[in-house]
This record gives sequence, C-alpha cells and structure tokens, in this order.
Amino acid sequence: MKRFRGIRKGQNEGSIITEPIWLQRMLIGVAVGFVIVFLIAPLLIVFGQALAKGWDAYWEAIREPDTFKAIQLTLLTAAISVPLNLIFGVVAAWLIAKFDFWGKNFLLTLIDLPFAISPIISGLIFVLLFGLQGLLGPWLSQYNIKIVFAVPGIILATIFVTFPFVARELIPVMQSLGNEEEEAAIVLGANGWQMFFKVTLPNIKWGLLYGVILCNARAMGEFGAVSVVSGHIRGQTNTIPLQVEILYNEYNFTAAFAVASLLALLALITLIVKHVVEWKSGRHHSNSVQINRFKEGISHEY
Amino acid sequence: MRKTQSILPGFGPALGYTLTYISLVLLIPLAMVFLKTLTMSWETFWRTVTDPRVLASYRLSFLASFLGASINGIFGLLLAWVLVRYRFPGQRIIDALLDLPFAMPTAVAGIALTTLYSTNGWFGRYLENIGIKVAYTPLGVVVALTFIGLPFVVRTIQPVLQDLDKEYEEAAASLGASRWQTFSRVIFPALVPSWLTGFALAFARALGEYGSVVFISGNMPMRTEITPLLIRTKLEQFDYTGATAIALVMMIISFILLLIINLLQNWNRRRMASH
Amino acid sequence: MKRKIGLLFALILVLTLGLVSVSAADRPITLLNVSYDPTRELYQDYNAAFVKYWKAKTGQTVTIQQSHGGSGSQARAVIDGLEADVVTLALAYDIDAIVEKAKLIPAQWQKRLPDNSAPYTSTIVFLVRKGNPKNIKDWDDLVKPGITVITPNPKTSGGARWNYLAAWGYALKKNGNNQQKAQEFVTKLFKNVPVLDSGARGSTNTFVQRGIGDVLLAWENEAFLALNELGKDKFEIIVPSISILAEPPVTIVDKVVDKRGTRKLAEEYLKYLYSREGQEIVARNYYRPRLKSVAEKYETQFPKVKLFTIDEVFGGWQKAQTIHFNDGGIFDKIYQAK
Repeated sequence: MKRFRGIRKGQNEGSIITEPIWLQRMLIGVAVGFVIVFLIAPLLIVFGQALAKGWDAYWEAIREPDTFKAIQLTLLTAAISVPLNLIFGVVAAWLIAKFDFWGKNFLLTLIDLPFAISPIISGLIFVLLFGLQGLLGPWLSQYNIKIVFAVPGIILATIFVTFPFVARELIPVMQSLGNEEEEAAIVLGANGWQMFFKVTLPNIKWGLLYGVILCNARAMGEFGAVSVVSGHIRGQTNTIPLQVEILYNEYNFTAAFAVASLLALLALITLIVKHVVEWKSGRHHSNSVQINRFKEGISHEY
Repeated sequence: MRKTQSILPGFGPALGYTLTYISLVLLIPLAMVFLKTLTMSWETFWRTVTDPRVLASYRLSFLASFLGASINGIFGLLLAWVLVRYRFPGQRIIDALLDLPFAMPTAVAGIALTTLYSTNGWFGRYLENIGIKVAYTPLGVVVALTFIGLPFVVRTIQPVLQDLDKEYEEAAASLGASRWQTFSRVIFPALVPSWLTGFALAFARALGEYGSVVFISGNMPMRTEITPLLIRTKLEQFDYTGATAIALVMMIISFILLLIINLLQNWNRRRMASH
Repeated sequence: MKRKIGLLFALILVLTLGLVSVSAADRPITLLNVSYDPTRELYQDYNAAFVKYWKAKTGQTVTIQQSHGGSGSQARAVIDGLEADVVTLALAYDIDAIVEKAKLIPAQWQKRLPDNSAPYTSTIVFLVRKGNPKNIKDWDDLVKPGITVITPNPKTSGGARWNYLAAWGYALKKNGNNQQKAQEFVTKLFKNVPVLDSGARGSTNTFVQRGIGDVLLAWENEAFLALNELGKDKFEIIVPSISILAEPPVTIVDKVVDKRGTRKLAEEYLKYLYSREGQEIVARNYYRPRLKSVAEKYETQFPKVKLFTIDEVFGGWQKAQTIHFNDGGIFDKIYQAK
C-alpha cells in the first residue's frame, strides 16, 4: 500500500525515475487516442442510439417487465457464478503461483482454455451433456429436472465462460510477489489462514479486485454461450444480452441500446466500488505501516 | 507430483480442489466434444476439418486474432503504464471504461463498430476517402477482435505494475542507467509474465469470438468467414458432429499455442529468478 | 474482510433467489410456442387474442410463452429438450429435423392441419430505396453489373434459403428448366452480394441502417414491417414477376403436450390460427392469409404475383437442402469456384 501510494504521489514530478514531460504527454496522448477510437467511439454510438428518442423513451425501455426479468436473471447468474469462480481463482492461483509440481503448465493452459472456445461450443457442450439427446438428458427428463433451456443451464454456461478470470488475474501477481513473505509468516508461527488473510490477501487485493470486476463484467455480458442454452423464452430465460438481441431484432433500436447501456453503466458502478476500496485501504494505511516495514526488509526476486 | 518442498501450506487441498473444480466445470463438459467427434469416421473427420472453406477460415481466425492481440499487446502495455504512472484529466474515467468490452454484449459491440466503420459511419467515411475499407473486410475482423480483447493486457499488467517496487528503478537510475535502460532492463522484464499472459488471453478470446465479428465481417465465404461461423453453419444443418470436429481442431491448436506461451513464460520467470 | 464479502454475496443470492421464486409461484396453465424471428409481432397479437378467446370459451386463464430465434437454432433447441408445446417455424425442413432427430412428432405431421400445416404464407419480394433509383423491376435486374444485392447467408438463415430458391426457380422457369442456366444465374446474383449477414434482420439493418446495397431480398412481411418501422419515405417494395410461395409450417409437439397434458389446448391454439379472427391477425401482420374471405378483404395489401411452391420446383425441402445448402452443395460451389 505504501509503495502504491508513493507512486501516485510521486507522479509527474521531475525525478530520476520518471520520464520527461514531453514524453509523458506523448504517451498519454497516444493511449488516450487509442481509447477514444476503440472504446469511447463505440460507447458514444451505444448511448447516442439509446437516447435518440429522449430520456423518457430510455426510461420506458428499461422499465419494461421483460427487461426487468432479464435484469433479475442476469444478477442471479452473476451472483452465483462470480463467487464460485472467485474461490476457485484464489485456490488455483495459490497452487500454481506458490508451488512447483509436475504438469503445472498443462494445468495453467487448461484454465486458459475456455477463453479460446467459441461461445457457441461453450453452450453446445452443456446441451450435449444435459440435452434430451445428450448423455444425461434422458435420465434427467425422467425426474423432470431441467438444466438446459432453464436457469441452471444459463448459470453453468456462465461459470464455464468466466471461470479463468480470477485465477488468470492473480497468477502473475502472486508470481511476481514471490514466496518469501508467506514463508516468513509461517516461520514466525502463523497458521495457514492467518498467513493468507494477513499477508497474501493484502498483497493480491488489486489483482483480486480486477479479476472479480472482469469476471463479473463478462458474466453479465456473455451472449453466445448463454444464447445456446437459454431457449429464449420471453420473460423467463432471457438475460440482459439476450433481451438486447430481441429488442434489436424487433427494430426497437432505442430500447435495445438502452438496455445495452445498462451494462455499460456497470463499468461506472465498478469504478465507484474501486474508489471505495481504494479509499478504505488508504484509511487503514497507518495500521499497515508496520507490515510494510516488515515487507521492505525482505528482498524480492528482482 | 510435487517437485520441490515448500514450507507453505495448502498444496494438497488446493490441488484437490482445483482438480475437482476443473473436472466438473471444464473437463467433463469438454469431453462431450471428444465423444461427439468420436462418432465420426476418420475420413469424414479429416474431410470436414480440411475443407478449403474451413482452411480459409482458420487462416483468417488465427491471423486476425494474432493481429488483434498484438495491437492490444502494444497499446495495452502503454495504457497500463499511463494509467498507473501518470496523472491526467479523465484518467479515472478511462480506467473505468476499460472493462467495457467485456460487459458489453458482443452483438452490441459488433453493431456499434459496424456503425462506426461502414461507409456512412464516423470513421468509415474518412477511411474510405483514403482507400481503406474496414467494415466487411478482414480488417473489420481485426478491429472487432481488438475491441473484445482490449481489457486483457491492461488488466493483467496493471496490478503488477502497481505493486512494483520503485526502489529498483531508483537503484538503476542512481547507478547511471538511462530511463530507457531502466525500463527495458528493470521494469519490462518484471512485466513480461503478465504481459504475455494478457497477450495469450486476448489471443485466445479472439479465436473463439463470434457475436461481434459476424456483424462487421460480412461473412463472405473464403474471404471473411471466421471459424466459429462455420461451426454455426454446421449446426444449422443439424450436423452436430461436424461442428464438434471443427471445434476440436480449434481447441487443440489453441491449447498447443497457449501451452507454448505458458512454457515460454515459465522459462522466462526461471531465467529471471536465477539472475 | 473476506467474511464481509461472503456475507454480502450470500445476501445478494438470497435476495435474487427470493425475487425469482416469488415470480415463479402459482403459475396458470402455460403453453410454450417456439417460433422463428419474423413472427414476433404476429404472435404478440395472436397470443393476446387467443388468451381472450380461450377464457371466454372455457373460463381458463392461459399464459402463452414465446421464444424466438433463428429457425434452425430453435428447432435444435426443441430437439435438445426445450419443452415447446407448439413449434411455428420458417421451413418444414426444420420440423422434419425434429421428427428425425428427436422423434417428438410423428412423421406425417404435415398432413394433420389444412394447407400443409401452414396457416399463413409469404413470399420473397424486393425492398429498394425510394424512387427506385436503379430501376429494379424483376429478378433479371439483380444480376446486372453494378447492382448490389443484400441477402443473408443461406447457410445460417432460413429466410435466405427462400431468397436463393426464389431466384433459382425464376431462372429455371425462364430458361426452360435448364439447371445449368439457373446455377449461372444464381452465381451471378451472388457476385453482386457484398455482405452476407447471419440472419434476416441483420440484412435488413445492413440495408437500412448502413445504407449498403440497392436492393434487399426479404420476406414480404419483413419488407412491410421494415417499411412501417423504419420509414415509408425512404424505401419501397418491388414485387417481381414470379416468386416462391413460402409456407411457414406449424405443429404441436406430441411428446411434450402428452407429457405436460396440454394437447387439447395446443391443438386449439393452432386451429384458431385458421379461424376468421386468426386469419385477420395474420393479414394485419402482413402474412398472406389462407381463408378466402380474409384474403379478399386484404387484397389491396398484397400485390398479385405468380407463385411456385418448393414441392413442385425442388421436390421438397429435404431435397433442396441436400442439393443446394448442405456442405459441398451448390451454394458452396458458387463461392468456391470464385
């Protein structure tokens, strides 16, 4: 934390470890230009379309009952899949970053794999598994258990699509931190949980936060895989992205983009969450000075 | 299984939990792709996955994904650097917006990008004047894939850069290293693992992407058809095995590519550690 | 900190589950109609009318649930276990697939209801820009150099298959049933296609929103809808001299209705489509009605056009699909020869 604060405070000041002002400006210029072209312009299109008929139409579109149901379902899906993947992410990152074992790279690559699989296939595998013509389908149908074309299928597909995020975000962070601090804690007599909560968690919290934010964004925004397993029943198995598609296909562009912009607003909410976390960690700063001192005494990998 | 003894706790439970979770969430469902493909004869399989149209789609998918991931590799590093190290107006907003490509349903992204880059769009109209066509060309595919992979590189580098000790930079500088030397010898090597991770993830995600690409690519056979679209056309003919066969090939190739990147990264980390 | 986060998640979970389960409680009798994309407006109107009719007739309150999507993917969902009481799809081929792959419907389904189980029909027309600047009158104008034609991809869109077959049928009639000539004609036509969207509405948007193309090949009802929703002052409909008779079929899904005990309701739901009121709703949504009296009433709405059926020209959907659209079929050859 202290290190982090230090960087923020020391910025833009002439010192031996920053770049000349002209270079800073140029780099900022290029980065901002890139963001404008690739992010802000598409976003403006979305909000422009969403508000094309004014705020009333926007509000009307969002209040529509089917849309409301879609928001509910999306929240439910994220509320289940994100925590599951969060726990998995922390455990898997701990395993991969802290230990050396046979087949580690293989395991790591397996975790990456869902990213590379086409969303259609990510949905299809659950249909092949739980669908009526699938492996378990006939058995499930006997007991009248519905998985695909119902809410459980949507949640499963979402878990599949988003499960690498937290782990993938944490692994490089944990690796770059090294094992020394945790080892010191153990040597000093901490038990596993104490070590994790007192040493590991404070160190990885930024990575963890980014991981959860990304995982959540993707869980709410996933379209392809969910589309295959949803069944598209209006007001029942449509998530926000599917609802957007429906509205768009009804030539209801304003409503479609209005609902889509809800997901963009999500980014703003995560901004606030991040602020709060940052602010809180700043407030607890004095408590962590001691830990930081302790940390600084330990040499790092680099 | 464990190579070196570590005094850190939790290896056993962590391994057990990870393997169980991966098996349940990933391996069992993915096994369905294998099982389904196994019902095909070898010749049919080979004919399906080496059809000229399918081959053309691999070429486009891999090339466009690689280009998209490379653009993200360069600009993602720059963005992460600028966001962590500098202060400028609008910084926090940009930081917040970076996750947008994930949160935005891919179809919406595709529609918005097509609106921008088609002949009557904000960008398309000027690009057309200088002879560059983006929408409905392979270039459009690259644009879409750059968009959807954008958060990966930034978000993997950001936390590492934030936690990076400045002491080493200070030490390097006081020993007379120029700023560029400090960056390339001290900072960048520390970022390489996360940078490569980000690149690999952006690349992987681009390979599978479907929703945004179909709007901007134009889907012309042999020219702008991506592999996931061909999977979809197989399904449209109720040819499940054909679809899983192509998916299997994509999966194996991406797995190998990702494995190589991960091995490279591991190798690099060891090299760094031994220095 | 960890515990607090856990608590928070648990709270969110309980809240959302609560909301969902409350809305799931005491549901009336439901019927699920799995349909394709361009019928949204039609069934929205029709369902409301049917619910009223059924209430008046039996006193029962029914809720009709709707699902829309690409015809092929909707058929796949039913095959894989989406419990549709009735399916109302774009082509008989997709229902045949349900018969063949999942055996949920008997093979003779198309004979169960009048008119090949298609209570409404449509055809393929041209949507052009206002004033018809390129002077497009008939199919022949589409293959002229310099004309750009917008149609979705026949590999992924059912509607696009109708477009393709309509063009093929026209060329056959014109050239005395010469298949070679027909293939040349369709090849030339597709040379004028700059974008193949994955679905019908994607194409409409390419044509309307992006301003690409001189002519859009579309379902008649889609063309009308586009005209009404997106601007009568910007586009007009051109009806070719001859086109295909599109018969979107409907049927109950026997295995599902027997399991759920909704057979009676499902049968009535489809039968009511053929009634006077049902046909009126059909016509108001720009589908061509079967009932003579309604057809006469809406005569002015639907231009006269010579129509051929897929059975007489192509020998049915199964054959057309295999020869033209399956992998290695003629559509693939058109593009691979390039």
